[in-house]
Amino acid sequence: MSFLSFNHHKDVPLDKDPGTRFLPWLIAFMVYLAALSVVATAIMQSVSARWERGVSDTLTVQVPPGDSVKQDQTQIAGVLKILRAHPAVVLAEPIARSHVVSLLEPWLGNSRALDNMPLPHLIDVSLRSGMDVDGQQLVDAMNKVAPGATMDDHRVWLDRLIRMSQTLEWGAYIVLSLIGFASIGTVFFVTKTGLAIHQDVIEVLHLIGAQDTYIARQFAEHALNLGLRGGLLGLAAAGPTFAGFGYLYRQIDSALLPDIDIGLWQWVAVMGLPIVAAAMGYLTARVAVLRTLHKMV
Amino acid sequence: MVIVKLENVGLRYGVGPEVLRDVSLTLEEGAFHFLTGPSGAGKSSLLKLMYLAHRPTRGLISLFGSDIATTERDTLPALRRQVGVVFQEFRLLDHMSTFDNVALPMRVANVHEKDIRKHVTELLTWVGLKDHMSARPSTLSGGQQQRVALARAVITRPRLLLADEPTGNVDDKLAVRLLHLLEELNKLGTTIVMATHNEGLVRQFGHPRICIEDGRVEQMGPLRPAARRSNVRMEGKVT
Repeated sequence: MSFLSFNHHKDVPLDKDPGTRFLPWLIAFMVYLAALSVVATAIMQSVSARWERGVSDTLTVQVPPGDSVKQDQTQIAGVLKILRAHPAVVLAEPIARSHVVSLLEPWLGNSRALDNMPLPHLIDVSLRSGMDVDGQQLVDAMNKVAPGATMDDHRVWLDRLIRMSQTLEWGAYIVLSLIGFASIGTVFFVTKTGLAIHQDVIEVLHLIGAQDTYIARQFAEHALNLGLRGGLLGLAAAGPTFAGFGYLYRQIDSALLPDIDIGLWQWVAVMGLPIVAAAMGYLTARVAVLRTLHKMV
Repeated sequence: MVIVKLENVGLRYGVGPEVLRDVSLTLEEGAFHFLTGPSGAGKSSLLKLMYLAHRPTRGLISLFGSDIATTERDTLPALRRQVGVVFQEFRLLDHMSTFDNVALPMRVANVHEKDIRKHVTELLTWVGLKDHMSARPSTLSGGQQQRVALARAVITRPRLLLADEPTGNVDDKLAVRLLHLLEELNKLGTTIVMATHNEGLVRQFGHPRICIEDGRVEQMGPLRPAARRSNVRMEGKVT
């Protein structure tokens, strides 16, 4: 049974070919993998965008501990004054020592051991979005009131994370391309097999004056049908997989995995995969048939 | 008008010997020729050249005034649609009904389905296969298949009809009847070349001959003055 009904006579009996039976399943598997790749790419884009947004407008200033509490207070006040006077700074607030200690606990043990340890003073700085800060100039100014003060814009580890995320994203693109090539190759060879099986019919059609496009259209529409059928099957299988992964993702309690925000167009791309598979099948079959028929007189 | 012209045509398959050598012949519009010669002489090869299944190894072929060697490939289907072919081995499509087999050339030519139904039904009635329109060719007898093949070849009323042993599998009575159908077509302007071994028919219908032997061709006159018309009555008319 044809999925799509075209108002043309089917002179070539392609419905009974072996390829007709296995091609939809193969296309379904390809579309399933493609859907996973598209969603993986979307997740990578979403995660790296969120990481970037989350830390690109913040700085952490570190003031080394001085000889006395008074000296520390003077240095922190001086640094805060410089920071708050800067046009790019929205907020500059010292982080309480108790909070710093709690951050170090996983590595250095319980807080009692840390009580007498000279810890640097940290200042959390929020920046106006999109405004550039001349880091070196700011550090130089802070060093005049607090020698040894440093500034961390989180770039180093953020860059690594983003690079990793981009690598995975490119990996997904490569997988997607390979799926595309594999699908095109499969349809091409199934079509060539169909041409070989129905050589007698094609010769008769050719000799009674059928244009190459008349014969190619029959193969192309058949491939479009199978592609669409397989594509919808693959998409139907991908749905529960997405739901399962989504459930598992929500179970992971980690600050490194932000909420995923997959855009409308990315969902449109996933939903459009059966149409892409069908169109690819149509074009591949058409090209395969036309190339073969062109060798005939 | 010259329908087919061959000049010094040679044909060989692969690296084998030439099956046709220095063939030159001209078929005028409205001509009816028998193509005769022993088995393996090259009758089918000559017909294949005429219905553009092969290109000649050498020489020139012109069909309806178009030099085949210089004709664009995209134009060849339009030329083929003006040629009706009855293949020696019928070449009916077994997955289709008799009706669809005969309708095929019209569908390829994009004729309206209503016209197809009318003309195919009429023609199948004339060749006595009205009751077998839904039958698959494989369920028909050799003679019935022959008639389906002939009906498919003439359904579009081609300018040139090439028939390779169209009466080979039918009894004499039906053979004569099929010849009458071809003559009717011929009167309507179709140029006909019919390959046959049936010397009786060649004598009875008295059309000029193209004799082929050992790959060489000679255009000759009728075998004998026509002892025309048997007592087989024509029924219906060619569409």
